[in-house]
This record gives sequence, structure tokens and C-alpha cells, in this order.
Amino acid sequence: MSTKEALFDYVIRQADNCLILGQRLGEWCGHGPVLEQDIAMTNIALDLIGQSRSLYQYAADVEGKGKTEDDLAYLRDVWQFKNLLLVEQPNQDFAYTIARQFYFDNFNFLFYQALTESADEQLKAIAQKSLKEVRYHVKWSSDWILRLGDGTDESHERINRAITDLWSYTGEFFNNNEVDNAMIDAKIGTDLTGLKPKWEQKIGSILEEATLEVPAGEWMQSGGKEGKHSEHLGYILADLQFLQRAYPGAKW
Amino acid sequence: MSKRSWPLWEVFIRSKNGLHHKHVGSLHATDSQMALENARDVYTRRNEGISIWVVESKSITASDPAQGEELFEPAADKIYRHPTFYKLPDEVKHI
Amino acid sequence: MNTTELERDFQNKIDNEIRIEPKDWMPDNYRQTLIRQISQHAHSEIVGMLPEGNWITRAPSLRRKVALLAKVQDEAGHGLYLYSATETLGIERDETIEDLNSGKAKYSSIFNYPTLTWADIGAIGWLVDGAAIMNQVPLCRCSYGPYARAMVRVCKEESFHQRQGYEIMLTLCRGSEAQKNMAQDALNRWWWPALMMFGPSDSDSPHTAQSMKWKIKRFTNDELRQKFVDITSPQADFLGISIPDDNLKWNEDEGHYDFGEPAWEEFYDVIRGNGPCNAERLNARKKAYNEGSWVREAALAYAKKKSNSENLVQVA
Repeated sequence: MSTKEALFDYVIRQADNCLILGQRLGEWCGHGPVLEQDIAMTNIALDLIGQSRSLYQYAADVEGKGKTEDDLAYLRDVWQFKNLLLVEQPNQDFAYTIARQFYFDNFNFLFYQALTESADEQLKAIAQKSLKEVRYHVKWSSDWILRLGDGTDESHERINRAITDLWSYTGEFFNNNEVDNAMIDAKIGTDLTGLKPKWEQKIGSILEEATLEVPAGEWMQSGGKEGKHSEHLGYILADLQFLQRAYPGAKW
Repeated sequence: MSKRSWPLWEVFIRSKNGLHHKHVGSLHATDSQMALENARDVYTRRNEGISIWVVESKSITASDPAQGEELFEPAADKIYRHPTFYKLPDEVKHI
Repeated sequence: MNTTELERDFQNKIDNEIRIEPKDWMPDNYRQTLIRQISQHAHSEIVGMLPEGNWITRAPSLRRKVALLAKVQDEAGHGLYLYSATETLGIERDETIEDLNSGKAKYSSIFNYPTLTWADIGAIGWLVDGAAIMNQVPLCRCSYGPYARAMVRVCKEESFHQRQGYEIMLTLCRGSEAQKNMAQDALNRWWWPALMMFGPSDSDSPHTAQSMKWKIKRFTNDELRQKFVDITSPQADFLGISIPDDNLKWNEDEGHYDFGEPAWEEFYDVIRGNGPCNAERLNARKKAYNEGSWVREAALAYAKKKSNSENLVQVA
């Protein structure tokens, strides 16, 4: 694998993370528990999709085949998507949505923070811009973990179930694969194993304050970064890509 | 019913340094911190502000319009508070 | 002052374009009419998120996706501003929402029609938002201050909505044959419901006279409808698609378009709850509200615990 190929895959992975999670949050629009939070979730969705666009545009440049952001988002199939399994998990209820967001935001923050040191100027610039947005996302999802964990008995039970059920999708955040190793060598990417202690510490302290315990499960799912997904992603893409697939070559 | 509603907050936004905070509307939130964040999400989506104040609506004391006459009309005939009350010849400058 | 004097003073203010503010005396009918109108307007914004919202996940490009998300989000904001305006009249938002959920309150019938294709998102932006803007711009000068101020904000934000809709239509009409057909099909389905958004003909509109006198309304339904047809017809010509009305014709003498009569029976049927999506829309709203109740309660309970513990610290 050349550095260029690795870089393309690395950028695509993060673009896919942002797009798929943004797509999931977009499903909430109009269905939120209270108007103010409906609006807040859409703001986060817009931030994430905005980040995915910058990243897809950059990935297209890296690839050098004259593709657009939409070619990359709309014309790849499940096995070509490299997002983490966590972000494609369904919204279920507000608790699952918050748990998913909380785990991802905290990872995303550390990841972008590491990329602000990247030797790749473009990636560095995207990370710097995105970091401001993600700092707010971390605050938002952490606050909701506190409210739900230390709110009512029902909310405690629901958020506890959600953080437990989604726990097994957090392990792959910190696995370096072939692509990560190539990016570490090129000083473009970051050693993901190095982010794990910081993430665990942050998650642990918020969960504790929320009167929740860090889930004990040790088995971790993985495969997203290699294009091996849960069944959910196929349905997401069926919606996402419907028009581009039904009317090949059309302009929208 | 109303006991279970989130409290109402009034939102004031400073659009840029040098200007007053101005009332822009209201929203619901459970505490002041959430009110600030909701205000950010609801009222500054188009770069409308750089600073936000929130205050719980019930903390505002408002004057009664029925007292308008006694509160505000007495100021109407105090014209000597305004510079135009004082007649000076045109030749006098910078005053 | 007795009621007659109060009423005379009130009407004087309105005649002199002095706004009525929340704590001012107002006739009970005026208050009730405003509560009904503003809350219906708020509900329309919120229910209006649904037909467009279901295309957010299917928007055909990332640019269209963020535009649609931002637009539907704006509608949530507009609902919020309007609920705030009803709250100044002494009705809490949750109460208003319960009236919607119980079926007691109405919302604009247009949202009981389905969005079947992507062109519907274009047609809604162009026609439905276009009609809404025409209704709303005069409301920026409505006699009730909080409503007028909310409308100023709404109109400012809404200016991009109609443009994004028309741009979608334009792209489709300049695209493939299939895309142009999609656009024509959407125009066929949305045209008449859009005309009905202005409400029944003046002769059948019982509240119009009183609302005009109170300056809650500045133009009659038929005046606004005419204006809408006059503005929209040339826009359809530019797109190269045809408005589904055989009677639509420029009238040189009048300086207006002549146009056909909407099928008012359908209008009343939809209002009575028999539109294609009435049940679906209401169920979606109820589901969101009911399933959100544990979240709202949790946040309240948490805030209460925190403020209690802060008070304890202060005492200590």
C-alpha cells in the first residue's frame, strides 16, 4: 500500500464517520424530545456533514481521479465505507443516541486534537477547524449523560442500558491497522493506542459523575475500518444513495 | 401539568462589541447553563451574536401599562432637559 | 375606565399603528383570536418539518442535504419563536402542544399531503414557502408586538427557503427528461393545495373583517391568492413546466392573471382530517412528544438535584 493510498483510506474513514453519524442525527430532525434539543441535534448533524464534505473533497484531491465529494459519498458500496461500526448503529431512543454520541465525540475530539500535529497541512487545517465544533459536541453529549444518568430512575436505566449495549463498538477506535501504521510512519496520522488512556479517563470521570459505571464487557467488535460492517449500513446507504443510483449521471 | 414544563428564559444577545445586549426572544431550559446553550443553538445560527445573556422569565419585574400615565407622562413636559430648549445665537459655535 | 372606554382606547391604538404589548389591556376576543392564530401558525411550522424531513436522509447531494437540514431546522426555530409569542398571551407551550396532539388545534392543511419524490422538496420550497412568505410578510406589521417581532425574524430566515426550492426545480427542469417529468408531476400535485393555503374565498371567510379591523390580518385571502398567482405564473413559465389550470390566463385589462377555482370540497375534507397524511402527521408528532417525556423529566429532575445541592453548599 502506497502512502497515497493509505492517506486516501485514512481521510475517507474519517469522512465516512462524520457523514454516517450526521445521517443518523438527521433522522431525528422533527422528532426530538423538545424543540430546543431538536435544533441542537441538527446543529451537530450539520457540523458533522460539513466536516465530511471537507474530508471527501480532500480525499478526492489525494486520489487524483477527478472525483467530487458526491462521487465518494454516493457511489461507493458498503464494503468501501470505512467508518467505525458505532456510528452506523440505529438511533433507537434518545439514550442510545446520546451514548453513541458521547463515545464518539470524546474519541473524535482526541483524534482531531492529535491531527492538529499532522505533517499533512490539509488534514491539519481540517482538524483545527473541526476541533472547535467537536469541543461543543463533547460538552453537549457529556451534559446529557449527566442529566440522564443522574436524572430519574427511568432515565438512569435507559442510559445505563445504552452505554452498556454500545460499549463493544468502542474497542475498534483504538486499533491501529495497516493504514494507521502507514500514516504513523509518515507522521500524518496518530497512534490510536495512545488515545485510549485519555479517552478512558474522560469517559470514566463523566460516567462516575453521572452515577453510572464504565461497562465491564471485554469483547469488542471490529471491522468497520476494513469495510466489514453491521447490516445497518446497507440500509443507510439505500436511503442516502437512492437518487444517485436511480438516475445515474443526473445533476441535482 | 405546568409543574412538569421546563422553565421559560428570556434571551439577550450582543451582536458585536460596543453594542448593548438586546432582547431577541425566549426559550425553555432546565437550568441557566442549558438556557445559554439552547440560546446559542436557537438564536445564533446565523452569526447573530458574540455574547449571550439569559434570565429566567419569572425573575423579570415589569412595569404596569396601567400606570403608564403616572410613570412616564410627567417626563413629557420637562423640556428644559433637552438641549434644544436653550436658545443661543447662531454665531456661537461648538456648543 | 369601563370596558367600552378600554375598547375604544384599544381600537384607537390599533388605528394609529401603535402595537399592543403583552401586559396591555386587550379585548378577550382579540386575545383568543391571537392565541388560535399564532398557535396554529406554530403547529404548522412543526408539522411542516415532517413532509420535508423524510427527505433529509435521501437528499441527492451533500450540498442539498445540508441545505434541507438547515431549512427544516429553521422551521423548528420558527415554531419555537411562535410558541414563545403565544406564551406572552398566557398559554404555556406544553399546553399548546397538547391541543395539537389531542386534535383540538389545527395546522395548515398543506402538510397533510405526501412528499413522494425529490421534486416535492423543490415544489414545497417554491410554492408552499412562497405562499407562506406572502402570508407572513404583512404579519410583520401585525398589531400584536410579540407576533410581529417573531414574524420579522421568521421572514428574515425564510428568505433562503424559497430560493433553495426554486433552485431545485430549476436544476430538475434543466436536467434529464425524467427529472423534468418529476418536476411537472410535483407542480401538478402541489399547485392547488398551495392556492388553498390562503384560506377560503373572502365571501366564505367569517373572521376576515374582524381580523382586518384588529390588524391581525392586512390583506384578504383572495388578495393574497391573486398576488401569489401573479408572481408564480411567470416563474413556472421560466421553468418550462405548466401550471395545471386550464383557466389560467393573463388578463390584460385587469393587469392580473385569471385563474380557476380551487376544489374547496377537498380543502374542507382535509381540514376534517381526511387528507392523505393527517393521521400519519399527528401520530408522528404525538410519538415524538410522548417518547420525549422521560427525557424532559430527567433533565428537570437533574436540574432540581443540582440546584438543591448548590443551595446546601451555600448554607454550609
